[in-house]
Amino acid sequence: MKLPRWLRLPTQPLLRHLLLAVAGGLVLYVITLSVSQYDNLELAEIGWYAIAIAGLSVLTGVNGQISLGHGAFMAVGAYSAGLMMEHFDLPLIVPVLVAVGAAAVIGGLVGLPATRLKGPYLAGVTLALAFAVQDLPNKFSSLFNGDQGIIVNPPTPPGTVPAERWLAWITLFGAVVGMVILANFLRSRFGRSLRAVRDDEIAASAAGLNPARLRVLTFAVSAAAAGLAGGLFALWSGIVSPDSFSLFLSIQLLAGMVIGGSGSLIGAWWGALALVYIPEWTQNVSGHFNLSAGVKANMQNAVFGLLIIVIMMLAPSGIQGWLRSLWSAIGRLARRSKGDSDQAVAPLTSTPSPERISP
Amino acid sequence: MTATTADGLPAAPAADTAPAAPATAAGLVVENVTVSFGGLSVLDNVSLTSSTGEIVGVIGPNGAGKTTLFNVICGFVRPQEGRVVWRGKQLRHHHPYDLASLGIERTLQGVGLFQGLDALDNVLVGAAPVARSGLFSALFGLWPSSREERRLRDQAMEALDRMGVAEYAARMPSTLPYPVQKRIALARALVSQPALVMMDEPASGLSASDISELAELLGALRSEMGVLIVEHNMDLVMATCDRIVVLDFGKVIATGVPDEIRADPVVTTAYLGEAVESEPADARD
Ligand SMILES: Nc1ncnc2c1ncn2[C@@H]1O[C@H](COP(=O)(O)OP(=O)(O)OP(=O)(O)O)[C@@H](O)[C@H]1O
Ligand SMILES: [Mg+2]
Repeated sequence: MKLPRWLRLPTQPLLRHLLLAVAGGLVLYVITLSVSQYDNLELAEIGWYAIAIAGLSVLTGVNGQISLGHGAFMAVGAYSAGLMMEHFDLPLIVPVLVAVGAAAVIGGLVGLPATRLKGPYLAGVTLALAFAVQDLPNKFSSLFNGDQGIIVNPPTPPGTVPAERWLAWITLFGAVVGMVILANFLRSRFGRSLRAVRDDEIAASAAGLNPARLRVLTFAVSAAAAGLAGGLFALWSGIVSPDSFSLFLSIQLLAGMVIGGSGSLIGAWWGALALVYIPEWTQNVSGHFNLSAGVKANMQNAVFGLLIIVIMMLAPSGIQGWLRSLWSAIGRLARRSKGDSDQAVAPLTSTPSPERISP
Repeated sequence: MTATTADGLPAAPAADTAPAAPATAAGLVVENVTVSFGGLSVLDNVSLTSSTGEIVGVIGPNGAGKTTLFNVICGFVRPQEGRVVWRGKQLRHHHPYDLASLGIERTLQGVGLFQGLDALDNVLVGAAPVARSGLFSALFGLWPSSREERRLRDQAMEALDRMGVAEYAARMPSTLPYPVQKRIALARALVSQPALVMMDEPASGLSASDISELAELLGALRSEMGVLIVEHNMDLVMATCDRIVVLDFGKVIATGVPDEIRADPVVTTAYLGEAVESEPADARD
């Protein structure tokens, strides 16, 4: 659907994405003011899930690489931030930036084999990484404090702001800033190159793109987002220990990505919502029935599995993809009712428009 | 501009004068290239030259090694022997993605468009070699990056326009007819204004009127860049090429101007039983 000119977003990436971020941020701000402190903790959780899923989505949806161990990059971020906060008394931004940087470096290193390995082999490497981060804290117990983990003091809110709301603000702010950067990246020539390499490596090389280098870059950027999620997670959870970063977390992130819409940053928010609220709903619902403990425990997995199957069948590009096609269907209807004079109805004549739909 | 004359290769290729002779410094020189895949000889001692101002055609029956020759020039295939010299410098251990920034662009046999990108973005990928803005600017969405995007976008629209397909800029390739896709692929190769463009079967799958437009385009490109085409459509080759190299079973069996090639009995024998006419569209290798 074509909006009137004054309603359209600017095309300059920073202006465009800042505008979207401010609008989204305002909505989130109002929500944090009006919900309970328990809900605020859940909003904070949505924040770190969203940016982690967004990073994975850039890797998988945009660049076509699979990571089964994305939780490991979160672990790198969480441990870096946790250690920084344990040993130094620095403004919050510093440990969070260190988390981003550390994960980016590790991500780039893990991405190196991606220059040679494809598909299942690469998935194997990332899977191995997911297992490795479970063991390392015990191998280097003096640094990482083994299974006990590192305690992270909650950030002190200013004035009379409740701690939970403060945490929600920090986490959501971090996630939104991360999203702006990812959105800029995707809208640049780099984002276009990533998609080109995903679609056709040979044609991309012939056009002058270095597929290997772009793959490593994507890994680093994607891991950096996961590192940010890890840093925010450390603040949210108050403890960084190996069991927070099991293979299950990586699988959850993949599920969230598929549900929200692989390759879409907004979809990452839908995915995060699903990851936070579906377990809660299934718990509530199954509480009303007289189910055995074993069934109850597996309920949420069953619901997730079902949801993914339904999405794969009915909306392969996830919730966001479905919303997008809904939007264009509404646009078509609106045009038709307006008098059918639009050219776009004819199969081969669409008006050239310099603005395209953003990711 | 080079010493090469209409009747083909330089009489005595400057085989071992390490920095190639200045006479050939401006163009592409392929010297004695030999390629075999697991014992199967695909190219045998093949040489050719190309420079701005001329259209060189490479013809030959299916499986003669034409695409492989392109792949050697681009660095997709490493020759067992021989060398490729571009503007006086030997291309050694070069990767396919290096060529675009050296001023060599290529279209692939078939179409080779990115299915997940619209037509304009496809062409913009071809502008990659002239893009300069950095990663930092991209991550933070800063003006150096967005200004350059705007400029490249204009160039890409111009390239589409030149191919007569600007109106499809926002369309996804799969929703467009094959000839339109081929034009978009050409726009992608030409947008960076290369010094040499290599086209693998540009006419395959095109109608007669599309082919005559293609011939016109080739004629216009002649003054801007070197053009190297692999083509089965003899009418197009004979009408547009300044020189023709005929490959058969990996060997150069003839080189010369169109009239010489047409009259060459060896060429007629090689094509015996094959239609020396246009071929239907075929898939990419
Ligand atoms: N990577 C490869 N490995 C093994 N054999 C190959 C490879 N590439 C090409 N060949 C073989 O080399 C020969 C020449 O192939 P090539 O694609 O260069 O022919 P062509 O002249 O382009 O043919 P066409 O007109 O059908 O496109 C064929 O026999 C082909 O099977
Ligand atoms: Mg071929």
